[in-house]
Amino acid sequence: MGISNEPKRTLGGIRVGDLLSILGAAVAAFSLTIVLTTQVAPITGGIAFFVLWYLLFVGFYALLVSIDDSKTFVIDRVVAVLVTSLGVLLFSILIFVIVFVIARGAEALPYLSFYTEDMGFAGPLDPISVGGVGHAIAGSLIQISIALAITIPLGIAAAVYLNEIPGRFSRFVRTIVEAMTALPSIVAGLFIFATAILMFGLPKSGLAASLAISVMMLPIMIRSADVVLRLVPQTLKEASIGLGASQWKTVWNVVLPTSRSGLTTSIILATARGIGETSPVLLTSGFTAELNVNPLESPMVSLPLAIFQFVKSPEPTMIARGFGTAAVLMLLVLTLFVIARIIGGMTPEKSSRARRRRAEFFGWFATITRKVTSPIRRRITNVEEPS
Amino acid sequence: MLTDTPRQLTVIRDRSDKVFRGVIRAGGSTVLVIMVLVGSFLAFRASQALNKAGWSFFTEQAWEPDAGKFGIAAVIVGTILIATVAIVVTLPLSLGTALFITEYAPRKLRSFLVSIVDLMAAIPSVVFGLWGFFFLQQSIVPVSRWISQYFGWIPGLGVTGVDPTDPLATTTVYTSSTFIAGIVVGIMVTPIVTSIMREVFSQTPVGEREGALALGATRWAMIRNVVLPFGQGGIIGGTMLGLGRALGETIAVYMIISPVFFIQPNILQNGASSVAALIALRYGESTEMGLSALMAAGLALFTMTLIVNFGASIVVSRSRSGAAS
Repeated sequence: MGISNEPKRTLGGIRVGDLLSILGAAVAAFSLTIVLTTQVAPITGGIAFFVLWYLLFVGFYALLVSIDDSKTFVIDRVVAVLVTSLGVLLFSILIFVIVFVIARGAEALPYLSFYTEDMGFAGPLDPISVGGVGHAIAGSLIQISIALAITIPLGIAAAVYLNEIPGRFSRFVRTIVEAMTALPSIVAGLFIFATAILMFGLPKSGLAASLAISVMMLPIMIRSADVVLRLVPQTLKEASIGLGASQWKTVWNVVLPTSRSGLTTSIILATARGIGETSPVLLTSGFTAELNVNPLESPMVSLPLAIFQFVKSPEPTMIARGFGTAAVLMLLVLTLFVIARIIGGMTPEKSSRARRRRAEFFGWFATITRKVTSPIRRRITNVEEPS
Repeated sequence: MLTDTPRQLTVIRDRSDKVFRGVIRAGGSTVLVIMVLVGSFLAFRASQALNKAGWSFFTEQAWEPDAGKFGIAAVIVGTILIATVAIVVTLPLSLGTALFITEYAPRKLRSFLVSIVDLMAAIPSVVFGLWGFFFLQQSIVPVSRWISQYFGWIPGLGVTGVDPTDPLATTTVYTSSTFIAGIVVGIMVTPIVTSIMREVFSQTPVGEREGALALGATRWAMIRNVVLPFGQGGIIGGTMLGLGRALGETIAVYMIISPVFFIQPNILQNGASSVAALIALRYGESTEMGLSALMAAGLALFTMTLIVNFGASIVVSRSRSGAAS
């Protein structure tokens, strides 16, 4: 019992000395940078100042650590600082990209008309309250719906095929699909442009754009769905077949339900890729400023293409519209991603755990009710309840 | 003693199974047909241009298909330069971030950071293009200028047509360059690369980690001797996949560069080129021959990304971390 009497020690964590030496190095580096930039070598610009400060900071920090510790520890600490600052740098750049786009588009975002109207009657010199990107939102949704109607049945069937009928031919299909994930999206657009539009005379339209997006999305979806299906435990399938189920019944009742969340995630992530890609659409959908809900004829613009066209204009309001559209597109992708996360998080164990927790709660509830009501019931029935 | 001979196993499939197998087989074959069609159509149309241009397709820098004078020397070199800058940006950033997430970040923050990185990988490239064109373009000029002033003697980092010591010299010579396009593409592919590296690092066997720490290794010594060797395949494979994406990137590059059709070795100087941007620029005005030439350029790009991607998957599957997954 001697062990349990000892106070629990904290492992890791940050020591006060470490914090102080980081702080001291930062302040010393800041002071020296000011001296250097103002007195010794006049360097202007925020980036140069920051870089100089950072280099001096790392140097001072190494010096401070080396007073107390050996070389091994100095390297360890310096690497920790470098790795942490690289991580912080990347996250700040990415957050800055998003904030920058939203801030530049903020001018356009508050107007309701921005989401509902099209640009049919709005010229480049009109104020931002006139016109909007409703046509691009509608176009994006129509195009991605058609693309999904093509890719989901084909993609899931192909992924099931790769897993259910293994053999030389399916290995070959898998290799080809894997190769096609390397297809640059612009080449997918060029293919549809050269075949559907130039050879078969399809007009530049929403349908052509959907086809180009489908060619791009299909290998991505098959590849991730294939990985998800491969994770279904073999024992589950064998149990099902052992109980006399046919292959079709096994796939429908065991394989697909088990991997449902993973399959949904792979579909949604491919959708996010497809909806944000500009280059296949640039070649195939044509450009229009008006709302067009017919995918079969006349051009149909989508969100990424609208952004691309808006910012070509030198007018500040048009550029603000472009940034606003980018914010809308990012919001759309974010929504898809959050849905994917929620569904992807729902593994069978997790949902059964939630069910158990619910059952426990109701069980507890029932006990409480019984305790509360038992005296009453006893009084009514006059029967001693077994405790 | 009974001697049992191996029995012949026959599978009798009922009708629903036959239909099911037929349907999924049809699905797989359709996908195969589509994919092979894309590849062979590209190759067929490209062959017309390749026959006309011959070997000069790989050495000619100009792009005038209707005059019969075209080649991918300039655009391929431009593409490779942009991708190289991108990889130089992305490798330290993604390696550092992946190590930060798996080894240094507070445990409670980790799953949040992982989601953020995965989300960033889904941001459309046109958004990065906007940021690069409207923000980075201006703010990077002093950096480009400083590099060309002090390191201009290194081939590739110099800038012609301007005196770097003259403070009043025009700065437009530093815009729309390979350098800027490469940085934007690099930042764009970093989340994907980070995501792959982090996945591999997090699979490092706990026993080996704890063994190293128990022997008295510092955290860095543990990382260098356990995590990095284990994740080597993931580092190389992830970087190569990022390289594949960087080679094929169109819109972010197209928005930033001002296209030129000669080999521009000075990465800091105005004027760059890339195969994908060339296709986006020229597809509309193309004649039969022009389109065929663009197909040939697209095929060359596809071949390049294909080699890089297959290389990546071979590296990943041969490594220790990839064999388990």
